[in-house]
Amino acid sequence: MASWGRRSSAVARRVSAFFTVDKAVQIRIGMRRYPFFNPAVSSALVPRPWPCVINMTSLFLVDRFTSSIAGSQADSRRADDDDNDNNYPAIDFPGGKVTYTTKLRFISGSSGKRIPCYRVLDDNGELLNNFNEVKKELAVKMYSDMVTLQIMDTFFYEAQRQGRISFYTTSSGEEAVNISSAAALSKDDIIMPQYREHGILLWRGFTLQEFANQCFGNKDDVGKGRQMPIHYGSSKHNFVTVSSPIATQLPQAAGVAYSLKMDKKDACVVAFIGDGGTSEGDFHAGLNFAAVMEAPVIFVCRNNGWAISTPISEQFRSDGVAVKGQAYGIPSICVNGTDALAVYSAIHAARNMAVNEQRPVLVETLAYRVGHHSTSDDSTKYRSLDEIEQWKTDRDPVNRFRKWVELNGWWSEREETELRSSVKKQASLMKAIQVAEGRKKPPLTELFTDVYHLPPSNLVEQEKQLRETVNKYPMDFPSDVSL
Amino acid sequence: MALRNIIGKRIGNGIGLVGRRSLSTSTSDVENRNAKSMNLYSAINQALHLALETDPRAFVFGEDVSFGGVFRCTTGLADRFGKARVFNTPLCEQGIVGFGIGLAAMGNRAIAEIQFADYIYPAFDQIVNEAAKFRYRSGNQFNCGGLTIRAPYGAVGHGGHYHSQSPEAFFCHVPGIKVVIPRSPRQAKGLLLSCIRDPNPVVFFEPKWLYRLAVEEVPEHDYMLPLSKAEVIRQGSDITLVGWGAQLSIMEQACIEAEKDGISCELIDLKTLIPWDKETVEASVRKTGRVLISHEAPVTGGFGAEISASIVERCFLRLEAPVARVCGLDTPFPLVFEPFYMPSKNKVLDAIKATVNY
Repeated sequence: MASWGRRSSAVARRVSAFFTVDKAVQIRIGMRRYPFFNPAVSSALVPRPWPCVINMTSLFLVDRFTSSIAGSQADSRRADDDDNDNNYPAIDFPGGKVTYTTKLRFISGSSGKRIPCYRVLDDNGELLNNFNEVKKELAVKMYSDMVTLQIMDTFFYEAQRQGRISFYTTSSGEEAVNISSAAALSKDDIIMPQYREHGILLWRGFTLQEFANQCFGNKDDVGKGRQMPIHYGSSKHNFVTVSSPIATQLPQAAGVAYSLKMDKKDACVVAFIGDGGTSEGDFHAGLNFAAVMEAPVIFVCRNNGWAISTPISEQFRSDGVAVKGQAYGIPSICVNGTDALAVYSAIHAARNMAVNEQRPVLVETLAYRVGHHSTSDDSTKYRSLDEIEQWKTDRDPVNRFRKWVELNGWWSEREETELRSSVKKQASLMKAIQVAEGRKKPPLTELFTDVYHLPPSNLVEQEKQLRETVNKYPMDFPSDVSL
Repeated sequence: MALRNIIGKRIGNGIGLVGRRSLSTSTSDVENRNAKSMNLYSAINQALHLALETDPRAFVFGEDVSFGGVFRCTTGLADRFGKARVFNTPLCEQGIVGFGIGLAAMGNRAIAEIQFADYIYPAFDQIVNEAAKFRYRSGNQFNCGGLTIRAPYGAVGHGGHYHSQSPEAFFCHVPGIKVVIPRSPRQAKGLLLSCIRDPNPVVFFEPKWLYRLAVEEVPEHDYMLPLSKAEVIRQGSDITLVGWGAQLSIMEQACIEAEKDGISCELIDLKTLIPWDKETVEASVRKTGRVLISHEAPVTGGFGAEISASIVERCFLRLEAPVARVCGLDTPFPLVFEPFYMPSKNKVLDAIKATVNY
């Protein structure tokens, strides 16, 4: 985790480095002088956006360094007729035919124009075009689950604040990504989550009690109390257990999908990753393997602007994540992650592509992480309250979707009240938490099982020794773990 | 347990062995019917053929495995079983292992090859944080027991830093995986089949020096050798020697010479490093009162340290001498200095004598 203290001491150094022109660190290319660290920059002074002065409109804007040497548009990298000198035949390199050019031209590192972001609803929840993929029943379930997800997140977050569970992560701002993805998929599609996708489990029928059991690590936790809260997993719901290391699930997703491909299943794998996770080596490994193996995986990158305290500008310099797909030969799309219908429609289309064409697809959802990274984080330390508030109110995915559902006459204030303050919902959640809290933890023997298929002799020995110790010093050990 | 054939001498300067190298083997563990003389890579190749033949959900993949592999271990597999089951992967160890974990999580037998053990480190996160914990962290809802990672390891005479490493100790510190190292062709076939069929993720290190140079009668049928069972391959009463892989043949030469001086050596092949067979080693040390461990990997933090600590815990009063370790030096694996670095026969012999005369 980035430490705020470390950052503040670096501020002065970095600000001065950017805004001072120091002759000693300039280099000359032809007639121009460039700052040492970025020879392609035509202007010597290019301030980088600093996280603490970022405002709403600049959030997703990273300075585009225009170059005098490289070409201006990424699109222009494709050969045109002028390039094929004297119409020589294309040369047959391993990897395919390539035509020549005598023009010395670099493809620009960035396009002047970003790829557009797909949406279906406008800011007021009104359709911009015809859309009839989502009918009433589905829409109502989607909306209800988004609201339930929000309430659930609030309750569990509070439970952590009260010291009842040790840790929690919310999905505030990304409810649509979770629920719409789940709605657009089949229950046979295998989910390989990062750690902010519990809305999918909710959609698939994981109960509030089951969520609470895992967070408390009690004897009814299917994970047997071994991992921190929010590390859910459920084979019944085709949701592979969460693990903390980032992006490790991506190459695994390619392997899981390859198995589905071998079985000719009408199913795909949907692997999730955040914007930060795309910097990991496993992102590269996962996408490359899926492409080469022609594995039916949908890679969903939840670009919510922040990796704990690290904003996009400090994570990568590409035009978001969707453009990275093309580098692997993977069709990609950028979607408004706060538009439930856009996410639904994109994921649905991606699934058809993945399953019918047996190939990977990359979907980048743009949203904003309204909540803190986790209960161990206070994001006001590195971003402004105003920024958070604006996304929370103006771009709330749940409100936007609600408007659309209401406009269709499928929802009303009465139902809203019933849903939100229903005794069933709140009591159900509170009850689930209370019950989970009161239950005993798994028995001691579960410390030693599942390390291997069967416990080897060293573990049998260690369990025996441990039990002797526990019997001798019971006060050293928690009493809610039965022996 | 009969001594078999001529043991070749390992000569430095990359000249390799004089004559063929064979090992004494215990015959009691495998029937000898239809045995054929073959080397290590052929035995491994046979094991892979059998694994794919007997399980339609078995897959072999890794860099360059399709044409037969840089050490020929995967010869003929792609032709026989098809490109869907035997295929090249991109050059990316973390991808190979990650992909293998996913494949295994779906109930397949994923046999991944890492081209050299020296290159296994990019996959370390996937092995330690993912494969080893896959079953445990999910409460046994998921597992990747069908994963086997094969990698050539160890000195080869001219390999230098990056074609000679013995990284087994790193993996022996990881609960949840098994680490297995065969000493000979016949052992390799049986052990590899056990690893592939074991319901736990396994790292299988193959002594590359022995790929061509170790030749043995290997039964042609499908057989498996038990994991986590050490084998006494030479009986003795004065000192217990413990080792694995290619080092055993060096140790055996030292034992033969020590015998000329009247020292009776008991030699144990550990075979599985984790979970390791403490009982067999302990029983032997109770008999002899002395123990010497030898491995190519650097001495500090090598797996010999674990064996030494465990034996001292269990057999302290029985020990007549300190536990001896004859291992590689604490340096990166050198090229021209390889003969100096290696735990040679004479180094082992000297340590045997020093321990016996303590």
